[in-house]
Amino acid sequence: MRSLVSFIVGALFGLGLLISGMTQTTRVQGWLDVFGDWDPTLAFVMGGAIIPMAIAWQFTRGRKPVLAASFPAPPEPRVGRNLVIGSTLFGVGWGLAGLCPGPAMASLTFGGAGGWLFVGAMFAGMLAAPPIRARLDQQLVPV
Amino acid sequence: MPMEWIMGLVGGVLIGTAAAIFLLVNGRVMGASGIIGGLVDGSGRSDWFERVALIAGLIIVPGIAAWAVGGSQTYLTSNWAVIIVAGLLVGIGTRLANGCTSGHGVCGISRLSLRGIIATAFYIGAGGLTVVLFKHILGVI
Repeated sequence: MRSLVSFIVGALFGLGLLISGMTQTTRVQGWLDVFGDWDPTLAFVMGGAIIPMAIAWQFTRGRKPVLAASFPAPPEPRVGRNLVIGSTLFGVGWGLAGLCPGPAMASLTFGGAGGWLFVGAMFAGMLAAPPIRARLDQQLVPV
Repeated sequence: MPMEWIMGLVGGVLIGTAAAIFLLVNGRVMGASGIIGGLVDGSGRSDWFERVALIAGLIIVPGIAAWAVGGSQTYLTSNWAVIIVAGLLVGIGTRLANGCTSGHGVCGISRLSLRGIIATAFYIGAGGLTVVLFKHILGVI
């Protein structure tokens, strides 16, 4: 049952990405291109997505999920170096290609060979991340 | 209001509804990089089937929808070096930061998580600088 819900969630997520234009790399790069022909669409997508989710978080108070024992723990307050370094690296890749993980998967059936190449490289990066994290934690002074 | 903005808003509400269902029913945060990454590096082995089911929906259903309307395009660059570097950076970065646009952006900001807000500020800032540098100054993308 949880897996069926997961499939439906993935389906809605993917449809939302397709309808909103977020599977079009030019739209994402247009949002990031503040000195060029700026495209504000991504702000509408983010805003539209945050509204139902903000209501959902309010709804979690004092309740339990339908098919799980508990809701996720409150966010960790510590910001940390990995968050900042990781988000910066992610932003550079996002700007270069105009794809982030969700849209990269959602466009696999129509994105051509380049889309598969991107996802392959992303998987390689995901495999490389744990050793990089371990090295960062070991070598740099703690902050 | 331009049609693209309306479509953006409609698609965004669908994305947020998906995330809300995942939270309220399965008790999970809908973060694409976490769901995929847990399968890639094996850290999400315990609930692998749910992850595969979500990713299957994420790939198949937009595929059918795009086919039904006569196809869709990503307009991704044809420069393979750029694609490989970008994919590696997205993979490493989202796993180091424990989240991407969906996890930190949609799910984090909507609960006013400081980590989500800071992550989003950094990836949008870095993405903006990257486009300025590689498009307007170097002309690579």
